[in-house]
Amino acid sequence: MAIFLDAVSWALLVLGGFMCFSGAVGIHRFPDFFSRMHAAGVTDTLGSSLILIGLMLQTGWQDTVLVKLLLIFLFILLTSPTASHALAKAALHGGLRPKLGKPEVSDDIPEKFGKPSSESTNN
Amino acid sequence: MTIKSSRYTISLIIVLSLIWIGNSGFYNAMLLSFGAVSVLFVVFVAHRLNIVDEESQPLQISRRIFAYWMWLLKEIIQSNIQVIKRIWSGPKSISPVVMQLKMSQQTDMGKTIYGNSVTLTPGTVTLDIEDDVMTVYALTYDSIQYLQGGEMDRRVKRLED
Repeated sequence: MAIFLDAVSWALLVLGGFMCFSGAVGIHRFPDFFSRMHAAGVTDTLGSSLILIGLMLQTGWQDTVLVKLLLIFLFILLTSPTASHALAKAALHGGLRPKLGKPEVSDDIPEKFGKPSSESTNN
Repeated sequence: MTIKSSRYTISLIIVLSLIWIGNSGFYNAMLLSFGAVSVLFVVFVAHRLNIVDEESQPLQISRRIFAYWMWLLKEIIQSNIQVIKRIWSGPKSISPVVMQLKMSQQTDMGKTIYGNSVTLTPGTVTLDIEDDVMTVYALTYDSIQYLQGGEMDRRVKRLED
């Protein structure tokens, strides 16, 4: 049983490490700020979750360590979307525009936010 | 102190005590009394700050939130796999799009849960929320169509009532 748990735990740790690595690769490969944020989101959610679950299996059921890892898990899931949203909103209102795949579909929506380069608005 | 606010005070004391006990792991009288003093001090400060209310502790949704978390976890795993595929197949596989969606939630709590769930799911980020219109940036048109389908919207709406 102990060997089995160890194997599962290591599989989760390696998989989580691969997710974090993919997130890092994505940050370099994607073209602009907004799409890079999605790549970072992979590291935030699945990468950190898998690593934390893998670590929980390594604790040998010591309850204080388990509780601490669970709390870290909870805090990451609550804070990372808030931080992503704050970043994206600040970038948009600061005048940064995402590179869109099909600009003709939805190009006008980002222009409603923040200050356009030519004229100033109240935002 | 009304009955309503004492309910939130009691739940705050229980949550803080559980956090203390779970993190300390010592059960002798001295450390437990330190814990009690700390908990009471935090409750006192929280009362002074006026943050003991349904916004800091949404007790009314607590029962249904676990089922929602399980469902959200499944969504997060699925969309993570999508995004990782696109990372490895290169920047040509994405086609970013910005759309505005209507939200059916009435309360700030519901809107926050919906907005955060959208952001937590890789592939979609909430850019802005004004009244009941949410601006979403997505890596592909597929994920926008999924949100327009409204399943997440409905599930968050159900948490409210």
